Amino acid sequence: MIRAIIINTLRFIVLVFIQVFLLKNITLYNLSTPYLYILFILLLPFETPNALLFLLAFVLGLTIDAFYDTPGLHAAACVLLALVRVLFISITVQKEGFDNEPEPTLSNMGFRWFFTYALVLTLFHHFFLFNLEVFSLSGIQYTLSRVILSSIFTVFLMLVSGLLFYSRKERK
Amino acid sequence: MRNLLIFITKYNAFFLFLIFEISSLVIYIKYNSFQKASFINSSNQVTGYLYTQKTDLDGYLSLKEVNDSLARENAALRNQLKSSFYIDTVAKHKLNDTVYKVEYEYTVARVINNSTNRSFNYLTINKGSKDGIGVGMGVICSSGIVGKVVNVTEHLANVQSMLNKDTRFSVMLAKNKEIGSIRWGDDLDPHKGLLMDVNNNAQPQYGEMVVTSGYSLFPAGIPVGKISNLHPKGGSISLNMEITFAVDYSKLQYVDVVDYKYAKEQEGLEAQQKKDD
Repeated sequence: MIRAIIINTLRFIVLVFIQVFLLKNITLYNLSTPYLYILFILLLPFETPNALLFLLAFVLGLTIDAFYDTPGLHAAACVLLALVRVLFISITVQKEGFDNEPEPTLSNMGFRWFFTYALVLTLFHHFFLFNLEVFSLSGIQYTLSRVILSSIFTVFLMLVSGLLFYSRKERK
Repeated sequence: MRNLLIFITKYNAFFLFLIFEISSLVIYIKYNSFQKASFINSSNQVTGYLYTQKTDLDGYLSLKEVNDSLARENAALRNQLKSSFYIDTVAKHKLNDTVYKVEYEYTVARVINNSTNRSFNYLTINKGSKDGIGVGMGVICSSGIVGKVVNVTEHLANVQSMLNKDTRFSVMLAKNKEIGSIRWGDDLDPHKGLLMDVNNNAQPQYGEMVVTSGYSLFPAGIPVGKISNLHPKGGSISLNMEITFAVDYSKLQYVDVVDYKYAKEQEGLEAQQKKDD
């Protein structure tokens, strides 16, 4: 329990730092912008109470917003992401049979599940984020291509980070 | 019970989602001026769109009255149009050739009747004897010769078109000044004419311009057409050529009537010469 709190706090700080000081400056062809910080919400333990999950998502979003100067934008997207996460996990994972407060990581869940999980959640988050940011339907084509290309970039970074920490835990 | 719990959990999640989502959206719209403005704007767009639709519908219902009033207005405007009046005064422009003391006077006229598909084509212009038009005057337009006046009334004149079996004009090759006479081609093609009786020594070239010679009603150098076939028929003591007219006679709108001031004098002189012979 305490270990999980420490790990997640560290992860929160590290991901926010990476996002704000590194990834904020990366944009490929004005189209692809990675938002890796949502990995924090993706990797919260299965047993996280919903109230805590939404609160954490909200706080994470507001933190990112504070750096991006867009109060509410990332918070809204992250809260939606939390909802999608809850739905996705309730559909695909049976909660019984886990011990040690497992997390939905690449090493725990296997590549196929994690990839689908990351892709679906990222797409939802990015779709909502970009459309809320643009806040108009004109140029929807451009917005959608931004959504898709950014999602690819983000998922790629998620998989890379998942593989980086792969060896630490034995796969179930 | 378990199902119920799952249901409550789901409901719980959705409820939490609503709370947080709404609060973040409120923050978002409140603190971002662009979204604030555009949120209000889009609500205005909705009302504006509805109003536009209503106006469109109203417009449809009153189409008939609008149509009627437009038709009335059209008729009123048409009555004021210049073309519905006969123009009484005529602006004439003169060409003073001071070297040769020859004076040509031009009168602008509008073609009000025209034909190109018969063997003897005539056109009618809206200027007559009142405007100084007389029988025998030449008629040209901006791109070439048109014909000659054969009948005149007070306000109108009848012009024998170039596309008439009886029409003959004196023309010359633009380069070497060899003269000949032009008439309409044999197959009633409104674009083709025949250049007859050119001296055998002339060396005409394909595409060469044919212009008026200045020996008849027109000033010299008015374009007639271009040579399009050098040997339309053989067995003649002089050269014959097929030419393509410079003027599209089916599209005539405005023409200039040429008043050659010394036409009478020339005619009289030449008649005198014949009599003497």
